[in-house]
Parts: sequence; structure tokens; C-alpha cells
Amino acid sequence: MNKPLRRVAIFCGLLILALLVRDNWLQYVRADELNSSDFNRRVLIERYAHARGDIIVDGKPITGSAKTSGSDFAYKRTYVDGPMWAPVTGYASQAFDATQIEKIEDGILTGNDDQLFFDRTLAMFTGEKKKGGDVITTLSGAAQKAAFDGLGKKKGAVAAIDPKTGKILALASTPSYDPSSFAGNSDKDGEAWTKLNEDKDQPKLNRALRETYPPGSTFKVVTAAAALEHGVVSGVDDKTDSPDPYVMPGTTTKLPNEGNIPCKNATLRVALQFSCNTVFGKLGVDVGADNMLETAKKFGFNAEQFVPVRANASIFPEKINQSQTALSSIGQFDTRATPLQMAMVAAAIANDGKLMKPYMIDQLRAPSLDQLSQTDPEELSRPLTQEHAQMLQQMMETVVKEGTGTKAQIEGATVGGKTGTAQHGENNSKNPYAWFISYAKTPDGGSPVAVAVVVEDSDASRDDISGGGLAAPIARDVMKAVLDSKK
Amino acid sequence: MSVVTNTTTIGAIEAPSRRNTELAMLAFAVAIPIFAYLNVGLAINGKVPTGMLGYGLGIGLLAGIAHLVVRKFAPYADPLLLPLATLLNGLGLVVIWRLDQSPKLIRLSKLAYGAFSPDAPKQLLYSAIGIALFLAVLILLKDHRILQRYTYISMAVALILLILPAFFPAVNGAKIWISLGPFTIQPGEFAKIIIAIFFSGYLMVKRDALALASRRFMGLYLPRGRDLGPILAVWAMSILILVFETDLGTSLLFFGVFIVMLYVATERTSWIVFGLLMSAAGAVGVATFEPHVQGRVNAWLDPFGCYKTDKTGACQQIGDALLSFGSGGTLGTGLGQGHSDLIGFAANSDFVLSTVGEEFGLAGTMAFLLLYGLIVERGVRTALAARDPFGKLLAIGLSGAFAIQVFVVAGGVMGLIPLTGMTLPFVAYGGSSVLANWVLIGILIRISDTARRPAPAPAPSPDAEMTQVVRP
Repeated sequence: MNKPLRRVAIFCGLLILALLVRDNWLQYVRADELNSSDFNRRVLIERYAHARGDIIVDGKPITGSAKTSGSDFAYKRTYVDGPMWAPVTGYASQAFDATQIEKIEDGILTGNDDQLFFDRTLAMFTGEKKKGGDVITTLSGAAQKAAFDGLGKKKGAVAAIDPKTGKILALASTPSYDPSSFAGNSDKDGEAWTKLNEDKDQPKLNRALRETYPPGSTFKVVTAAAALEHGVVSGVDDKTDSPDPYVMPGTTTKLPNEGNIPCKNATLRVALQFSCNTVFGKLGVDVGADNMLETAKKFGFNAEQFVPVRANASIFPEKINQSQTALSSIGQFDTRATPLQMAMVAAAIANDGKLMKPYMIDQLRAPSLDQLSQTDPEELSRPLTQEHAQMLQQMMETVVKEGTGTKAQIEGATVGGKTGTAQHGENNSKNPYAWFISYAKTPDGGSPVAVAVVVEDSDASRDDISGGGLAAPIARDVMKAVLDSKK
Repeated sequence: MSVVTNTTTIGAIEAPSRRNTELAMLAFAVAIPIFAYLNVGLAINGKVPTGMLGYGLGIGLLAGIAHLVVRKFAPYADPLLLPLATLLNGLGLVVIWRLDQSPKLIRLSKLAYGAFSPDAPKQLLYSAIGIALFLAVLILLKDHRILQRYTYISMAVALILLILPAFFPAVNGAKIWISLGPFTIQPGEFAKIIIAIFFSGYLMVKRDALALASRRFMGLYLPRGRDLGPILAVWAMSILILVFETDLGTSLLFFGVFIVMLYVATERTSWIVFGLLMSAAGAVGVATFEPHVQGRVNAWLDPFGCYKTDKTGACQQIGDALLSFGSGGTLGTGLGQGHSDLIGFAANSDFVLSTVGEEFGLAGTMAFLLLYGLIVERGVRTALAARDPFGKLLAIGLSGAFAIQVFVVAGGVMGLIPLTGMTLPFVAYGGSSVLANWVLIGILIRISDTARRPAPAPAPSPDAEMTQVVRP
């Protein structure tokens, strides 16, 4: 009976071997996948098992952690000025996962990131409680407050960038929400969450990064840049060959100007100062759809931006005919832009044609206060030459000095800007969006801030809505806050 | 003649008894769980657990008594079996105690039953009874061949044990319990041993008829119809268990053990072919109309596909088990620091291996599996060494049953095969299981003692004297 016995022994060995192989497959090969699976509650438990690291602005945390009981989560996220900072921080909720910085830098904030391996090992020996690392942002508290207060009860968004580095200084969106209100997992948190999701005003929408609006006349600076870059116009003060009204090629539709303004054969400077639709519509056609698209792309259109929170792609339409090009070139038709995108446009011009990649995380810091990583400014592209950028600066400064943007003037600083009043809705039926993009330079020639402001569906009656009237004062306050804080 | 250095358990004349080896191994088998116990206490409460001394003394005392009895009543027994069983039982206790500390399981228990009582003290009591039974086997069963006398009685007992649960209400979808007042017994655990005794006795008598009286057909030896009887009976019984008690594991176990023993007894491969064909036919047949089995199979095929929608909880169970294995990774989270309590129901019984997987990691789980592998290996060696066919068959039957049970449980929890409700020997919480497995080890030790016992020295042959060359 020994021969079959030996075979049975081999069979039993194979059974054990199969178990060993399966175990390796599960615990070695598939370990990472299972460990981070959406079904795995351990991910959430671990996220809230320790006091989370903080998100820091101007050296002060804008987040915190509070001990909770009654569930398997030990800590709950708290927020300082939650609604104001929500578009920056995102939220981390025991019940509803996390978004934006809270999600992207979850590893650092929970202390589980591989970069913190050494700290964890050290803490194991010293017996210290596990702590998360900190995320130090590039934001400016003063600028954010100016932006948030400026928007007030109005619906809209503000994005402010340091043109020289690409650092994001303010990112506001209204109406906003308080991430603290659903950070736990009680019934109350659930109700707050449901209420937010059902709110028609979409408070959870990050309008500065995720909503695209027709940019309206603010897009004319891009058209002007394209015209200069592609040699259609050579000087700011050269007369353009543009009729008033302008009949769009291939149609009998007249492209009108708003009000009675001197646009016939106007120079670029005058056209921008008065925001002439005829001039920029024709310029767009003269530059051509492909060249317009090329310049728009260089400014960052048609690509998602990661700051590192994802910003939706702004759009300059592809494959369009001449009349559509004319409309697109004045920021209508299918042209759409996020506030961040328009701030990038202003920043590229203010930075003499060099567009820096926008970012809002400056440093990651270990619980031991060691710096883990530092984001270095990075050039994204050069949408226009220094010479042309300076021409555009002159034009934009004219707009603020004696054009539609006079409300953005700041004493002791050079401000350049462009207003926009974007039509929207069927046949322009809804209240238009009020836009303002601008930059401010200190007298020493530096350019510390570029801002884009959009105000949608304002309570103001239709006739009062204009970029210059509604959005420009907000932009001025944000720029002033940045300039003052640099002093 | 005293230069026997072979390391097999096959007894040579004057083979070393290896009792001291066993004692040294036992010391390890007691020390490791004590350290594990300390580890859990430190990890969960941050201090040395208060029961440390009592626990250590208790398990040490049990192991010590067991050793002394083996030394006295089975001096030539295999030295590894007792330490392996002790180590597994001790670690099982630690894991159960660790799960007793889980606030989540305490809360769940209070929700379900209104109260919570820790399982580890009960398991310690069961272990003590188990070891007592183990000792009783060694003391009372002087020779395993005595069991041969009870061939047909054991058949009757096994049938009763297997059929009884069908008359008791199903618990969590499977009818594998008998409730006697406050006690619930899983008769399948005991039936596993008793049926191995029956098969050994029956096959020892019938093996020649089964092996030789057959017709050759297409390269296979077809057994005669009358010899096919018992095989069909066992097949039918395992199907009946599957149908009426929806107990996939037990039916697989019995049929598997029977096939293994038939093969060993008759040395005919054709029995394996028949066995596999019949079990496949039975399994497919039952799976097509039994929803409980279907649910298990679906959960096995795609555990996360139905994780959130499944109402029976089958998907969630296997999904949670897989997640805890994955979360353990290579080295595990460390005892007391995992979240295997997320499995909730049955965390310390059917799913106890997930806690091992999560907290001991890949390294620890492989060690556990190898410990089981070693027990099986020592069992098969005992079968090889046994000198009588009954002992060979019984030893291979018991170790085969042990191996299949470990494979079915561990494979089920790890998603290798559909999940079945069986207990991991020695580690899982449950009185029946611990008791039965200690008896199983006791019988194996008895057989190995007989097998390794030195043969009585041959009587001096007078003829040998006569033929000696006498030098002048």
C-alpha cells in the first residue's frame, strides 16, 4: 500500500502548495490593490485614526482635528473659516470620502505616505503617537479674504496668481459650503450633505477651477495677443482696417458694438479701451481659426490644469468657420474659460509673455517639521514675446486708466485690466456674466499679482451688470490685499 | 546495532524515542503563544495583560501533562504531532482573545444577542477538555487495532451523526449543528474520525475484492456492480448532506476521504477517476438548483461584483476576507493592530484565517499553512510506517481528512475555492472542532507509537550457532 500512500502524500503536498501560492497571490501580488480598494473600510479608518496633518496658509493652519467617539473613526476634520477656504482645501469627511487637497495629499496628511516612512519608523521607537504631515499652501490669507468678502452674497469666483512664479494666491467660490458641517458620520452630517447636494446653487461646485464660463470681452486680450504674434497688427497705435458695423464673413449678420463707441478702423489700444466687438471679431478672422487656437492653447486653453487639484479644461473651439471664429474671438460662441484660466492669461501678459504653471502647494512637511518636498516654479509656455506682452500691458493699463476698468485703480501701483460682460442663455435671455481680469505691478516694476473675477447671476438689474462695475472692485480689493501684505 | 541515525519515523530496531525532542519542541510551542498573548495585550491596551501568568501556566500545564502521558503511554510516538497541535491551539486562543477585545464585535454581539461574553475563556475550557480526551485516547486505547472491532458500529454512529443535523433548524444557512439544551454540537467534526474508522475496517476486509474483481474497459478497470455499492452509498450520502444540510464542506470532506482511502486500499487509479467524475456530477447537479450553494459560487467568482448588492452576505464575507488578507501584506499589521473585525460575524470561527492573514501577514500565514502541512506530513509518514493495513488506512484517512479540511477552509477564505462553512482545525473557535481534532491527533500518535515501537528482538536461533565457523 506504500505506492498509493506516497502519491496521496504528494496530493496533500499539492493542496498545501496551492494554498501557499494563493496566499502569495493575495498578500503579495494583489496586496496594494486590495489595500487601497474602494470597498476597503480600512482606508477610511486609517484616514481618521490619528489627528490629520494640517493645511497651512500664511503659517497658520486652516484645518484641525477633533476627537470623536461612537464609531471606528477616532478623529474628525474641523475647518477654520470653512466656507472661505473650501475651494482650496476640499473636504475630508468620515462618511463622504475626501476631495481636492484633502484627497490628493491624503498620504501626507494621514502620515501613511512612503515619504514619511522614516518618520513612522522613528516614531515607532520613540513611542510617539502617529501624526500626519502638513501641506503648506501658496495662498495668501488677506487676498482670499478680500476675494471671499468681495463676492459676498453674489454667485461667482475669483482666482489670483503671482505671475512671476505661478503661485496661486486666492481661490474663492461663492456660494460656498462649510466642510465641517459633514465631516463626521452622524445623521446630522448626512442631512447637511443631502441638503448641499440638493441646493440649486451648487455650493459644492468649485467655480474657480471647475466651472467654465463664456469669457466675453476679457478674451479680447488673447485675440490681441494672437494678432500681434501672427503679424496681423504690428503696433498698438496703428489703425486697423475694420468697418463698423462688421458683417461676419459668409453671413449677412452684423456684429454690433455695445453702445456708441469709436470703433471704425480703431487702433488696438482704443479698441481694447472701448471693447470694440467689430475690431476684435475681424482681427480673429484675419488671424485665422488655426492661429487663434494655437495662441489660445499656449495660454493654457483646451487642457486640464493640475494645481495639483484638477481644473477643468477651458475651451477655444476647434474646426470652426469664419463667422464662428469672429464670435469666438470676442469670447462668445463656444469659447469658455475657468476663472483660473483667465487669471493665467493676465499673469502671462504681466510676466512679459512667460506663462508660469499655476500651483497652490508650496511645501509638504513631515510631522517632525522636516521639509519633504518643495514645489519649484515651472514655466508652462510662452504665449507671446516680451515685446508684444509689453504692448498688451500698455493697452490694459489704458483700460484701467481711462477705459472701462477705472474702478480697479490702486493708488501707488500700476494696474492693467480688461472687463467683460459675457452674454449667456438662449438669445441672451439670462443675466450676463460680469468678468474682470487684471494685474497689478508695484512701482519697482515687479508684478506680484494677476486676478480674474467672474460674477454670475448677480442680483443687480440687468443694465447695471458690467465687468467694470461689479467685478473690477473685487479684483482691486484682492490686488490691494496682496500688495499691502508684500509691503 | 546502536548506530541508527535515520530521521524517518519508520521504526528501526532501537529507534530513539525522541521524547526529549518533543519536550524541547513543546517548550517552543508554549512560549510562542505566550509572547503572542503579551504582544496583543501591549498592542491593544498598552500594558501587559493581566491574565498573562494564568494563561501561561494553564497552557504550559496542559502541554506538560500531555507530554508526560505521551512519555508514559506512547513512548515511541511521533515527536512533532503534539508540539504542532499545541502551538496551533495556543495561537488560536490568542487570536480569539484578540478578537474578544474588538469594540466592534462587542457592539455587534450586544446588538444581536443583547449581551457579549468573551469566547477565549470558553475556548480555553474546550482546549482543556480536548487535551483530556487526547489523554484518554492514549491511556484507554492501548492498540489502535481495537478500533477494527467497531467497524459496523462506527458506520451506524457516523450515519446518525451525519443525518441528525437535518432535523435541527438551520443556523446561518447551513444545517450542521445539533442543539442539546445549552450545548450545540457540530457532529460533522466527530463523524470525520468515526467514518475514517469505518472505512479502514471495511476496506481492509474488502480491498482485494475491490482491487481484483474488475473488468477492463477502455483502459480502465471497471469495478463490479456489487463493489460499486459502497462508493455509490457514500456519494449519495455526501449529496444528501449537501442537499438537506447545505453543507458543502462536509460533503466534500467525506467524499474526498473515501476516495483517498479507496485508492490507497485498492491501488487502482480507476477509483479516483470515478470519484472525481461523480463528485463533479453531484456538485454541478446540486449547484444548479440550490440557491445557497449558487450564492457561494457567485461570490467566489466575483466577490466585489456583488459586494454591495448581495442580500445573503456571501459576497461581503468573502470580499471582506480578501480585503483583510490584502491589508495584511507581506509582514502583516502586527497582532491586535489589524481590522479583521470588519468581517463581523464568524470572525473568530470560519474566518479566523483572515485575522491571521491580516495581523501575521503573508509570512505568518505561510507559517500557519506549513504547520498544517507538517501535521499532514507526519500523519502520512505514520501511515507509511504502520505495519498493519488497518493502521495504514486509518492514519492516511485521518491525515487526508485533516489536509482536505485545511484546504477547504483556507482555500474558501482565501477565495481559491467557493467558501464552505468549516472550521480551521485548532485555531477556529468552536468546542466540537477542538475536541475532535485533539482526538484525531491522539489516534495518530497512538498509531505512530505502534509503528515506531521497536520490534521485539528476534529469539536467538539455535541454527545460527550451529553454522558458525569454528576457527581452530
